[in-house]
Amino acid sequence: MLASIRPDSWTLPLFLHVLGAMVLVGGLLVTTTSALVARGDGRLLRIGYMTLVTVCLPAFVVMRLAAQWIASKEQLDGSDAPTWVGIGFMTADAGFVLLLIALILGGIGVRRLRNGRTGLVRASLFISVVMLAAYIVTIWAMGAKPA
Amino acid sequence: MSLNDWLLALHLLSGFALTAAIVLFWVAIVAIRRTDRPEQVVAAARLLPVGSVVVIVGSLGVVIFGIWLAIALDGVEVWNGWVIAAIILWAVGTETGRRSDPEFAPCVNRAKELVAAGQTEPDARLAELARTQKGLLLHTIATVAILLILVDMIWKPGA
Repeated sequence: MLASIRPDSWTLPLFLHVLGAMVLVGGLLVTTTSALVARGDGRLLRIGYMTLVTVCLPAFVVMRLAAQWIASKEQLDGSDAPTWVGIGFMTADAGFVLLLIALILGGIGVRRLRNGRTGLVRASLFISVVMLAAYIVTIWAMGAKPA
Repeated sequence: MSLNDWLLALHLLSGFALTAAIVLFWVAIVAIRRTDRPEQVVAAARLLPVGSVVVIVGSLGVVIFGIWLAIALDGVEVWNGWVIAAIILWAVGTETGRRSDPEFAPCVNRAKELVAAGQTEPDARLAELARTQKGLLLHTIATVAILLILVDMIWKPGA
């Protein structure tokens, strides 16, 4: 039904947007789990931070660029965009700021792990917990499309 | 918001949970395969219980809410080709994913035994168990099946 009213040219950007978002949320699940179960275990914190760098960052770029692509095709990037699109852009852009902060904090923190200091990496990963919560709300908004 | 809006949102959230768990398992598999140190394997394995819960919630939710949605929506039927294809791919993905889990269990168990015995040095047998080709193949098939479901959901061939 939806496919019949969606032009073919919209499907690739939509696919890339959803795929990027799914991988991003998967990466955030890893970082969140690392933050919550590591209890100072530097090895698991390092896995969490490396996931932030190698999974979350590229997935975010794909998700955000594809979002802009599909929004421009559907002409949803103007000031009169529906609420659910606004929620998506707001959480994506705020999420990018949080992701950058987490990457910088974690980058410094990973160097300090050798000395047994886990605070900065843990702080970095706890930022990703906030991001995951925000993106769960966003996924709900993308699906339910509140007015 | 209508019931169908909620069903779509829950279907989508379940799909995200399923793929998030697959990403989590990939991270754990890569971390386990890259090391021969017991403590490193045990650390990566601490991700797995969360992944197991999320994958169950996601895989059940995606098929339950998906079929419910197909019944509830006008113009979509459970016997549409793309819906049947998605259900078959879901079955392939969940079964191969379920079978990949026990392939990595011997590696995790050995790592736990070594750590409990106080051995932290690299272990050749552990490295061999970590590099199980069958486990990797099964998880790859599960991932491809879930990726094809996403392609099917977006392109809806034949709809």
